[in-house]
Amino acid sequence: MIDVQGLVKDFGTTRAVNGVDFSVRPGEIMGLLGPNGSGKTTIMRVLTGFFPPSDGRVTIDGLDVEEHSLAVRERIGYLPENVVLYPDLTVRRFLTFCAEVKGIAAAQRRGRLDEVMTACGLTEVAGKLIGKLSKGYRQRVGIAQAVIHHPKVLVLDEPTVGLDPRQIVDIRTLIKSLGGSTTILLSTHILPEVSMTCERVIIIDYGRIIAEDTAEGLTRRLQGSHETRARIAGPRASVLRMLDGLPAVDDVREEPTTDGIVTIVLRSSLGDETRRALADQVVQNGWGLLEVRPLPMSLEDLFVRLVRSDRETPA
Amino acid sequence: MRTLALIRKELASYFAGPLVYVVIGAFLLATGYRFYTTLNSYVTFGFGMNILEHFWEDFFVNHIGFYLLIVVPLFTMRLIAEERRLGTIELLYTYPLRDGEIMMAKFVACLLVFLLFLAGTLVYPAIVYAIQPFDPTPFLARYLGAFLFLASCIACGLFVSSLTESQVVASSCTFVLLLLFWIITWNEAAVSSSYLIALSQLSTFDHFFSFARGVIDLKDLTYFALFIGFFLFLTLRSMESRRWRGRR
Repeated sequence: MIDVQGLVKDFGTTRAVNGVDFSVRPGEIMGLLGPNGSGKTTIMRVLTGFFPPSDGRVTIDGLDVEEHSLAVRERIGYLPENVVLYPDLTVRRFLTFCAEVKGIAAAQRRGRLDEVMTACGLTEVAGKLIGKLSKGYRQRVGIAQAVIHHPKVLVLDEPTVGLDPRQIVDIRTLIKSLGGSTTILLSTHILPEVSMTCERVIIIDYGRIIAEDTAEGLTRRLQGSHETRARIAGPRASVLRMLDGLPAVDDVREEPTTDGIVTIVLRSSLGDETRRALADQVVQNGWGLLEVRPLPMSLEDLFVRLVRSDRETPA
Repeated sequence: MRTLALIRKELASYFAGPLVYVVIGAFLLATGYRFYTTLNSYVTFGFGMNILEHFWEDFFVNHIGFYLLIVVPLFTMRLIAEERRLGTIELLYTYPLRDGEIMMAKFVACLLVFLLFLAGTLVYPAIVYAIQPFDPTPFLARYLGAFLFLASCIACGLFVSSLTESQVVASSCTFVLLLLFWIITWNEAAVSSSYLIALSQLSTFDHFFSFARGVIDLKDLTYFALFIGFFLFLTLRSMESRRWRGRR
């Protein structure tokens, strides 16, 4: 449904996107993950026809975004970053405008408007000015304008940024409910977000794809973190000696505590194996095991690792 | 159809805030005051002249025309600049809309708002007519001239607004440009007569003045049509520039 080949985008002498290839199958939810400034928004703007690529070919539903710009834009719903809407229009007025511009026939317009406002939970603010809405409601208006014409492809740039936890859950549910019938590409810089909503993930950095994975694969990578935090009630010196003796331990870092419980973060290349051995040892010594927890890998850690492996692999 | 939807959206934005009402009020107050004082002075000191002819010429160009010139930048400054600053231009550019449709909708909506200004000024000939009926046909030319002059100012303002995100820059640059076209022939003493003839072809003032005399001349019609077309063309190119920026 979305097919991107050798996409390059330059701004002056800056290369924002540097040779990106990927494709999204119909009905799939694809995540675009990357730190701020990595080129996510630029890729999305090319897909939505905001500006053409400097090089490469992008097709949506088999149509080239540059040659058939209007036809592509009819098939796309787009939620830009930091949802910007007309503050001086009411929700209903704005969505009516969207429906008209996106070619929904006058006869169906009213029904579709009510439908989309119900789906996005906007019915109670229909008559309010967009400028007076809370961030969460504005985000919903943003999603409503994107989905109003039943687009085949939905492009969502950071759809949950700046929302409170409840609103985030709502929006994610809404996005997931659209998957299957709609092809969705969403960007985020929050790791758990992709594993929760997306089926496949592309990780980009400095305008290049550094990894492509399924959500499960990514989750595995994240859980396969090799850092473990442990709190052990026992004599400090013996505990530390025991830790050094564990299999495949690279590094033990002790955190200062005031309650006399030995708190350490240890890194090993074996993960679960090391944790099992650690637990066995503590039990054998008759100490108290208060906590053993694999530390979730942060986006930064993942990046460091991906970038490193990316550089090690010859291109 | 899509252009109509855009025009309706533009109009909804205009009338959501107090700007239109405040400025129409101020405009009618200023022109109304000048209507009274100018007419008074023509009646008092204009012996031997065709008082009404001269009065209307003077009033249409120097008062209605000039006040419109001052007011237009206040409205055109936001046309594209504000969409760029808010970021809503990203929505418009990714909706199935041609750049030309966006531009025409903005141009026409602004023009419609200014028709209200012109409609307000109908009260002045109506007052005079109530006192002393006259042949109203010259007013067709006067209002056609005012309309074309307005459209020219808006086209120019639309172009300037497409160049910047700052509304202050847009309004001040538009004002300077419009003023330049207005006063370009006011310095008769400094230029040779051949220059002056060339310059007067460029002047919005001179072409509007010819309409205000009650004459519809093809030359003046062509001038305003070219003026509007030229700035709309530039606006379209400016909007399209996002497509070729960053290309190799």
